[in-house]
Parts: sequence; C-alpha cells; structure tokens
Amino acid sequence: MLYIDSISKGIVIDHIRPGNGFKIFKYLGLNKADFRVALIINAQSKKYGKKDLIKLENVMDLDLTMLGFIDPNITINIIQDEKVVKKIKLSLPEEVEGIIKCKNPRCICSEERQIVHRFVLIDDKKGIYKCDYCEQIYSWEG
Amino acid sequence: MRHLIDPMDISMTELKDLLDLAEEIIKKKEDFNQVCKGKILGTLFYEPSTRTRLSFEAAMLRLGGSVIGFSDAGVSSAIKGESIPDTIRTVSSYVDIIAMRHPKEGAPKLASYYSFVPIINAGDGGHYHPTQTLTDILTIRLKKGQLSNLTIGLCGDLKFGRTVHSLIKSMSSYGNKFILISPQELQIPQYIKMELFNKNSSFMEVESLEDVIDKLDILYMTRVQRERFFNEEDYIRLKDSYILDKEKLKLARKDLCILHPLPRVNEISYEVDDDPRACYFEQVKYGMYIRMALILRLLGVM
Repeated sequence: MLYIDSISKGIVIDHIRPGNGFKIFKYLGLNKADFRVALIINAQSKKYGKKDLIKLENVMDLDLTMLGFIDPNITINIIQDEKVVKKIKLSLPEEVEGIIKCKNPRCICSEERQIVHRFVLIDDKKGIYKCDYCEQIYSWEG
Repeated sequence: MRHLIDPMDISMTELKDLLDLAEEIIKKKEDFNQVCKGKILGTLFYEPSTRTRLSFEAAMLRLGGSVIGFSDAGVSSAIKGESIPDTIRTVSSYVDIIAMRHPKEGAPKLASYYSFVPIINAGDGGHYHPTQTLTDILTIRLKKGQLSNLTIGLCGDLKFGRTVHSLIKSMSSYGNKFILISPQELQIPQYIKMELFNKNSSFMEVESLEDVIDKLDILYMTRVQRERFFNEEDYIRLKDSYILDKEKLKLARKDLCILHPLPRVNEISYEVDDDPRACYFEQVKYGMYIRMALILRLLGVM
C-alpha cells in the first residue's frame, strides 16, 4: 500500500478520471512547483473503481472553468488545520473561451485574427458544445 | 438592444407581432412613409447579393429613412484588412441600424458583440438568412390565412439550403406536415430531422415531385446551387432532377401556392410564371414589407 501523508493546509483535487491526473498536473504547471505536490494515479475509488488525485501543500488560485472543462467529475477540497473546510464539486462550464478552437473552415473564426474562440454548452450530460458563431458542434468525448 | 441573427431569436409572439405589422403596412402604406425620417440604415455587404440589399434599401426608403453602405468587400478596399469589430464600431457610430451580409458563418453574431446599433443578419454563408424565413412565413400566412395544418412540400437542395432549414424549424412549431422532396444526395441533414421528431409535426421523404404534388398546400422550390457542389459532374447530374413545369402542375391542387427564395436557375420553367399558383414574385414584395416591419421594431420607432 502506497502511503501519502495527509496535508495540514492546501488543496486536494479529488475524483479525477483516471488518465486526466497528469493532464491537470501539467496544466497547473505543478512540475515547476516549489511546494510539496503529490500526483496519485489509479488510486482506489468507491465511486469509480479507480481515480487520480492531486494533493498540493499550498494554496493557489485554480481556474475552475478550465478544470471543470478538462474533467467535470472533479471535487476540490480546501484543507485547513487538517480539516476539509470547503468542498467544491465541479461541472462542465456553460461557456469556454479560448480553450477549444473552432475547426469549421467556413466559420468567421477562421478569418478574423483577434477573435476569441467561444463555445457554449448545449448538452451537459453528453458534454456537447457548439461554436458561439457558426454553431459547429464540439463533443468532449470526441 | 435587439439584434436578429438567427431566425430562432424571434419568439412565436414576436413573430405574430411582426407579421401583423407587415400586414398593416401593406394595407396603409402611406401611414408609414415618414416614420423613419432622419434614420439611416447601413448595408454592409461583404458578399454581393443585389436582391437582398435592394430589398433592405427599398424597405428603409419606403419608411422615409436613408441608406449608406457598401455592396462588395473588394470595392471598399478600406474595409479589407480591417477587423469586423473595428468596421462595426466605426459604421455603427454613423447609422441607426445595420443589415450585414458576410460569406463566413457567424460574422453577424461577432458584429453584434461590438455594434452600438441593432444588427440584422442578411445572410452569413450557408448558415442563417432570417429575413428570408420571415418573408416565407409572411407569404404563407397571406396566401393561406393560417400557419398550421398545412402540407408543405420542400423540393430540391434540402441539404445545403439554409432557407429550407430555417423554414422547417419555424413552421414545425405550428403543427404542419412536411413532404421533403429531394435526391438522396441532397436530403435534409439528420439534426433537422431530429428536431422535427421532437415537435408535433410529421414528415416524409420522397424522391419524386410528381408522386406527391397533388397533396400539397405549399410547394417550396429551391435552387440547386453550383457553389455547394464539390465537383461539376454531380452538379450536372442533379441540377435538372426537380424542375417544375406545366405538365407536373396539372397534377397539383387548384389552391397550391408555389414559393421560391429566388433567384431561380431553371427549377421552375418560365411557363409556370403565368399560373395563378405561382406566388414567388409576390413573395419578393412581401419580403420588403416584412423588412420594413422588422426595421421598425428593432429601431423601436413603432
């Protein structure tokens, strides 16, 4: 059994879908962190069988929109004095800007230089987004 | 501030109000010929479309307003290289309302985020053309006196024809029967069919116009556009599949109403033009009246 210390102050990013842990680790730039970080892959989960999780012994600002977009199943626990003081359940954001690019060659996005690619959630169960401009469909599942 | 980008931006209540206003304008034209005095319409046509532009311009002039604009992005070289947000912020400083046409999908939506005045989408590539849809609906109501319980045949290019998609979406809310007449290659996209399933309208797909023409209250003909095809061979093979002529029309009902968004190539023979069932030139006229109603409502003048 792998043992990782509990933290007294920091953030636990829990219930990450297996495989997404490293993606989020990279997205948060944790390889360059100067505080203690644990990335745990394929931990046991009662809910999902397996999960990834990340423990940060630090308080940092997290972009919940982006994290929710990468993995809507995530729970974020804020730890103080070894207790969970706040639990944030993420979900798919209603709108994402500058994260996905519209690939429709007929879309105005392909022509305007300074346009911000914007996608709007149209089905939160299936994770389907549409381009705000041309309505091209983007599905998370691919 | 309201814009009109997608035909679905208009609720059924607002649609009824627009149609009522258009009918009032038709009845009492002289009551409306000064109501937009001092107002300016900007027509930003990044892609030539003489027909739509003239309809908008005539609509504004008949309301007593004035028009400025350009009709080809190539001619107005100043526009070239300038971003849409910059152009829109400039032009919307001069005018009270803008009608915009652009070859790229979503360009008017982008414009609406930066404009100081209402934007009307006058066609954005293969995407939306809401004033055509309004025109079609007004024509149906004027010719049939109702918008429900009709059997509506749509014939030709149902795959790429944006006016067809919008018309189906709008009319399906009222409870109508659709007969979709097209070659297999040009059938209506799946996502539109899904929407029809979800509403209280029914539809069937057929390949031959002759088999169903006797059942129709409305026949909406469309052009098979050359620019939508990837190769010339397919275009030549399919373009004449669905031509309406006097022979086929003999099978149709006396009260059939034939519509077409125009311009036509050869999908309606010229001999049909004299038939009282040919309504497509009236439809053009109604297009101007519904644009008048729309301009009035968006400007909040009336």
